[in-house]
Parts: sequence; C-alpha cells; structure tokens
Amino acid sequence: MSIDRDTAARVAKLARIRVEENDLPALAQEFNNILGFIEQLNEVDVEGVEPMTSVTPQRLKRRKDEVTDGGYQDKVLSNAPDAREGFFAVPKVVE
Amino acid sequence: MSDLNTLTISDARDKLRTKEITAAELTESCLSAIEGADALGAFVHNTPELAREQAKAADTRLAEGDAPAMCGIPLGIKDLFCTKGVPSQAASGILKGFIPEYESTVSQNLFNAGAVMLGKLNMDEFAMGSSNETSVYGNAVNPWRRGNEEAALTPGGSSGGSASAVSADLCLGATGTDTGGSIRQPAAFVGITGIKPTYGRCSRWGIVAFASSLDQAGPMTKTVRDSAIMLEAMCGHDPKDSTSAELAVPNFEAMLTGDIKGKKIGIPKEYRMDGMPTEIEKLWTDGAEMLRAAGAEIVDISLPHTKYALPAYYVIAPAEASSNLARYDGVRYGHRAQLAQGDGITEMYEKTRAEGFGPEVQRRVMIGTYVLSAGFYDAYYNRARRVRALIKKDFDDVFAAGVDAILTPATPSAAFGLGEMKDADPVQMYLNDVFTVTVNLAGLPGISVPAGLDKQGLPLGLQLIGRPWEEGDLLNTAYVLEEAAGFVAKPTKWW
Repeated sequence: MSIDRDTAARVAKLARIRVEENDLPALAQEFNNILGFIEQLNEVDVEGVEPMTSVTPQRLKRRKDEVTDGGYQDKVLSNAPDAREGFFAVPKVVE
Repeated sequence: MSDLNTLTISDARDKLRTKEITAAELTESCLSAIEGADALGAFVHNTPELAREQAKAADTRLAEGDAPAMCGIPLGIKDLFCTKGVPSQAASGILKGFIPEYESTVSQNLFNAGAVMLGKLNMDEFAMGSSNETSVYGNAVNPWRRGNEEAALTPGGSSGGSASAVSADLCLGATGTDTGGSIRQPAAFVGITGIKPTYGRCSRWGIVAFASSLDQAGPMTKTVRDSAIMLEAMCGHDPKDSTSAELAVPNFEAMLTGDIKGKKIGIPKEYRMDGMPTEIEKLWTDGAEMLRAAGAEIVDISLPHTKYALPAYYVIAPAEASSNLARYDGVRYGHRAQLAQGDGITEMYEKTRAEGFGPEVQRRVMIGTYVLSAGFYDAYYNRARRVRALIKKDFDDVFAAGVDAILTPATPSAAFGLGEMKDADPVQMYLNDVFTVTVNLAGLPGISVPAGLDKQGLPLGLQLIGRPWEEGDLLNTAYVLEEAAGFVAKPTKWW
C-alpha cells in the first residue's frame, strides 16, 4: 500500500503537526520507505496469536479511588507558557 | 590524587569508606574534568552547586558511618529524567525551559543512597535515535577516534551523552534509558558496560515517556561490578508506576561470584547476519570460547522470529510515542508557538508541534498516528503486537529448554562518523538496534560488555541476554566475560 500526498497531509493533521505543502511529497516518500520495511510483518503467520499487551503476565494494579496528592496549583502552573488567574490560558476554543 | 574522576564506583566507595578520599574531592575532580570537556557535548545542563551541596551531605553521612554504596558517588543524569529544579527537556525544543517541580523515582532513589548529580546529559531527542544526532543541544561526541584520524565519531544513542561522559571519565557512572538498545548500543560504542534490566525493575515515574511498554532505565558504568552496585540503588518497587514489579531487590554485587560452571549459554543462529564484519563475528566466537573456558556449556539455539523484531518495533514504538507525545501541545509546559491574528487552538497545536519537535520525532509521531488510525489499526498495530508475542515466545522456549543466558554481538558495527548517515534512509539508522531490540520487545534484561577493539582501534561490545528478573545471574556471567576479555583500553585524550 502506498501513501500519497493527501494521505500524508491527513496523517499530519491527525498528529497536529503543521507540514508545509511543499514538504508533503518528501514526507509521503519517507512514510512509504518505513512502511515498506514494516510490510515484512505480513510474512508471519499470526493465526490464533493474541496481541501482546504486557511483557509480564501481571494484571494492572488497582488502588483505592482517593485523593492522595494535590493542593499545589502554583506548582502545576509554574511551567505554563501562559497562565492567568490560576488557570492555563489558551486561544479561544469555542466561538 | 588529582585524577579521582578516573576511579570506578567500587574503588571510590572503598576509598570513601576508609576516608582515603572525600566526596567533596571526588566531586571537584569530576567538575574540573567536565569543565575541560565541552568538545564532547556530553553535559548539557551543569549543576555544580547542587553537586557540591550533595557531596557535603555525603561526607557527613560517611563520617557518621551511614554510607550506602552510592554515597558520595558523582553521576551524570540523562536529560530524559525529570530532576527537581533542574532543566529537563529530553533534548527537545518543545520542552525548552521546562523545570520539573518533582524528582523521578530513579534519580530520587540514587539521591537517597547518597549519590551526587553533576548535571544532565545529552541524548537523542525524546530518546529517538541511535547516534545522538537528533538532539536539540547538538551532537554528543565519542571520546574514541579511529587510529590517528580526527573525524568525530558518534557515541551512539540515544544515551550518547551518558556513554561519552562515562568513557571520558567525566563522571563515575551515568543513568541511561533503553527502549530499543539506547543503553547497550552506546555502551558498546564507547567501551563501557550498560545494563537494561527486566521491564518493571526500575520505576518509569518521572522519566519522559517514549514507548511505555518498552522503556526501562539502567546504569552505564566503567565495570560490571559498578553496574551491579548502581542498578541495585536505582531499582525497586514504586507505587507511582503501575508496571513496577513488587519484587525484592537482590544484592547484585554479592552475586558476582565469578562461577558460571554448568551454565548453559545459547548462541542464536539468527543473529549471524549477512555482511557482518568479520571482526564482530570473531569477537562473538571468542566470547563464547571464553565462557566455555570458564565452565559454561555453549549451545546453538534458534530464535526464529528475530528478523521481524525491528519491523514490529517500528510499529509499536512509534504508536506508543504518538500517544505519549500528544501531551506536548503548548498548553501546560514548554514551548508555545507565536500565533498569528485569528489563530485558534488547532493552529496553536500544529505550529507548536511543528516548531518544537525535530524531524525524527515528527516522523515517528506521524508513523505512529498512521498505524493507529482507523482502518490500519489491525493491519499494522495489532499485527505487530501479535508478532511481538511470538518474539517473546521464542525466548520463553529457549529458557524453558534450560538456557541461562544468550550471547550475541551488541551492535552490527563499531561507532560510525557523525554525519555519515545524514543522507541515509531512516531505516538504515534503525538497523543499529538489530541485536538489542528483541530484548525490549520481550521485556528481558540485557547487558553490553566491552570485549575488544577493531582494527581501527575502536571498542566493540558483546551482549548477554538473561532470564526475566535474573539480573544477578546475568551480571555474574557478564563479570566472567569481562574478566576473560580483559578490556582495559581507554580513549586517548584529545578534548
């Protein structure tokens, strides 16, 4: 399967990474090279094999649903590019 | 003594305990070595004040007789670890200016044991790379050179700064992380030891995530004994990482008996690749002979799905990365792009991520997005996870047949020149991890031990792969290999 320019543009959009129009053909070509490498997996007989979720046969641990941490808004916001009045500030989301 | 920075961790520990040296002197020695080593590009954020403060505290503990093995030992910490109050940006532009309010569990464990942090170490951006050339800080450089040539070589990646710093004696040990070979490949390229423990041995909490089902932290040190000492201090159960194992941490150093009589060492035929340099082939054969001479039984084994490990990895790792790196959106931390009039939130995400991520990271995030997208999830992602199950089964079968450890080359070549792979297809660079990536997919412990020099005078490493949770046994086999190989060469100082 081959990735064209439109598919490359769609993937970039899904990944929320701006790619300039001029760069799309080269990007599509790179995807095709990597996917060509990945295609080898089609040679493997995986009939009846469960997809692996964890390398160790352990159930994901559970904990009590309780507050164990928090109460330091200033620390949470200390690295924000734009924080105002105790909140993260972003451009307008809803018209 | 003026060259305390060249000590091993075990020697420094003994001298600290007998009061022959102080942690303050040891730290000063490393700080001066770092000052003169800018050309290596290894340290990217220096923390001399913190180091001096920690050394002072370590000397107090030593004086009081409360001295764990790592007490007073100066280390470098890979930039992937979040360190409280110290820039931690995973060598990425998107985390420029990020100063964590918290400490990663692994670095906290080391500090609790009295270790000293000299600074943060260079790496590939988000640990994606095999040559340290994707770093926003610029390249880390290998202290080794080919013969009398001046061409700068890669220290490997992604833990390239860690490898360079330990090899050049800028610190006594360093933390690394390994998702597909990022501890073992650079260790081999610079002639040091590096171990990736079993998945779940070290807490991942506070380590910037790349591919969560594969990432593991581990030590990079001058000797196998040092790796045993440092690994013990790094690992242990952590409730903050749900995949962290609730297992007691053994005294790894005490397990270095040097006795491997009767151990069964497997030689996997699938690792004998076309075009493998004869020197590496010979190193591998010699290594097997050394283990045989020490009383181990060498057996031929087969790991039939080896060939599919790299393609499976290049589906699974980018898929996990695309999810993990979704958090870098310019809202909570790091870089945010300048917006134009009328730009909304989508433009903010897209511009921020285009500016903040380098080309290799963008490539992997987009590949990951593609293989997870509707219509391709089964064909790529689920198929890769099925193949991963088969790769793990290959190892399970071999261990069930009584094999204790597996010996392979660590890398398909010695260190290559910086810039040499510039025009190569990304897949060519991925091939660096061909011998190491299987170990991550199966969650096993793997160690790289320096075993010889090639004809150009560059170090070459051998890899040993162990049974899950048996790092102690693995370290002991590595210790025997280290003793037998007798690798003592050091790079000639040019920096």
